[in-house]
Amino acid sequence: MLIKIAKPSDLHESEVTPESVYLSRRRFMGGLAGLGAGLVFAGSAKASEQRSDYQDVPQGNAPDWFKAKRDAAEWQAVVPSDPAQDKTAPYADASGYNNFFEFGTGKSDPSRKAGTLVTEPWSVVIDGEVNNVGRFALEDIASPSQFEERIYRLRCVEAWSMVIPWLGISLADVIQRAEPTSKAKYVRFETLVDPEQMPGQRSSFALIDWPYVEGLRLDEAMHPLSFLAMGMYGRELPNQNGAPLRLVVPWKYGFKSIKSIVRISLVEEEPLNSWQQIAANEYGFYANVNPEVDHPRWSQATERRLPNSLFNTNIIDTRMFNGYADEVASLYSSMDLRVNY
Amino acid sequence: MPMPAYVFTLWRVGVFIAALLPLIWWGWQVANNMAGPEPGRYLLLNIGLGALWLLLFTLSLTPLTKLTRWKGFNLIRRQLGLWTLAYAVLHLTCYVLFILGLDWARLGSEIINRPYIIVGMLALLGLTALGATSNHWAMRKLGKRWKTLHKASYLILALVLLHFLWVVRADMQEWFIYALIGALLMCLRIPPISRTLPKLRQRLKQSA
Repeated sequence: MLIKIAKPSDLHESEVTPESVYLSRRRFMGGLAGLGAGLVFAGSAKASEQRSDYQDVPQGNAPDWFKAKRDAAEWQAVVPSDPAQDKTAPYADASGYNNFFEFGTGKSDPSRKAGTLVTEPWSVVIDGEVNNVGRFALEDIASPSQFEERIYRLRCVEAWSMVIPWLGISLADVIQRAEPTSKAKYVRFETLVDPEQMPGQRSSFALIDWPYVEGLRLDEAMHPLSFLAMGMYGRELPNQNGAPLRLVVPWKYGFKSIKSIVRISLVEEEPLNSWQQIAANEYGFYANVNPEVDHPRWSQATERRLPNSLFNTNIIDTRMFNGYADEVASLYSSMDLRVNY
Repeated sequence: MPMPAYVFTLWRVGVFIAALLPLIWWGWQVANNMAGPEPGRYLLLNIGLGALWLLLFTLSLTPLTKLTRWKGFNLIRRQLGLWTLAYAVLHLTCYVLFILGLDWARLGSEIINRPYIIVGMLALLGLTALGATSNHWAMRKLGKRWKTLHKASYLILALVLLHFLWVVRADMQEWFIYALIGALLMCLRIPPISRTLPKLRQRLKQSA
């Protein structure tokens, strides 16, 4: 990795930059400084050209371009600061226990039913307040960036968590290449809609108004930790984990990390994300992991680190921003996180 | 033609084994790592759903008796009711052990703060009251009031369905099916409707 700080000139913003954008960029740069301190160590100590070894992980059917990018990846570019507690979940658990409501509501529905999803070829529309509007093949989105492996904690809003090694590229890279205009304040993401491939979208009782939509503030999206994953465990993403392209925002609840993305739009207004649309009193736009703000139906103070067992429930304290506070807290320094949950 | 007594004994034993088998099956799955990365939650959800199934079975016994006049259904009423209670207790036990990690202080705050937990606890209290008064002594002691008291099982069903509804996150289909069955069973106890069941039996008999 580590952190590719964009030259301001890369952004091609119009001559008069609105103050809010200017301030959000300052926050972003401030965040980078903190992040550097936190992650350079991890990077320099751990980052490796040696491919991570995942035994017992079935190899899928990745396209050649993916294999080439993977073989040139920077391994373990970001690793957990406490490897003793943050042990990587077994692949079978990370790929067998999923919330992906396009394929059903049960935790094992996605792994059983997502085989119908066709991920090759795949293209993504990038539009809205950007200079480079277009539909891009996944390969072209990936090709200018080096693949990185990042081992992140994933904290689900349902109070369980896993540690997962992702493979992919920095979201900021993709956004910079799209050249946001000065009007761009937020990034809106959309999942594929195709009831033929996605049985959950055929249900007449689904509460989600498809497509599944998520969003980030531009400075959140530009944060070095925000990641676009195309693989995990040294292979391409299995369908049930959001193949072939998903977001990973490790300091937010898992539902922000939208799967099987077909559209990325830079927009002026805060997007209405799907869960907020269903139950705004339970799920906000920000959805930062926060042990002090409970979900109305359950506590967020602790989490069950999976896999667990009947004899060791592995209940651990949830950390502010999922343990990434040093890197991201400055993004929210002026906000009341009880209001903006 | 009256059925010989051993048929009813076999029937009751069979029902007992059938109600016990799911617990053994889920336990076996957990022991063999077939229950996923969160076996406690797996047990919690399955046993909870099992309790709802048992409650629905229990409440279908009266309409079934009216429809068929087979007395075997009456013979398993108490047993199924007590199985419902047992599953509900196990469901709560799973919650306390595997979700709260035996944190009693949190159990207290959850009961106070979470409507779906309150509703679930009320349903369990109701089931406990019915279980405690399911013996002959209580039946004699309560007399006519016993029947009124045990009609609370329908109120308990409503509470259980509400408890379930408040857990639903993304898709109502499964809940809707259970709610429909529950509503049907409740309707079958409305006197004008329940009176038609024996007539329906006659008609089925004639056409057979």
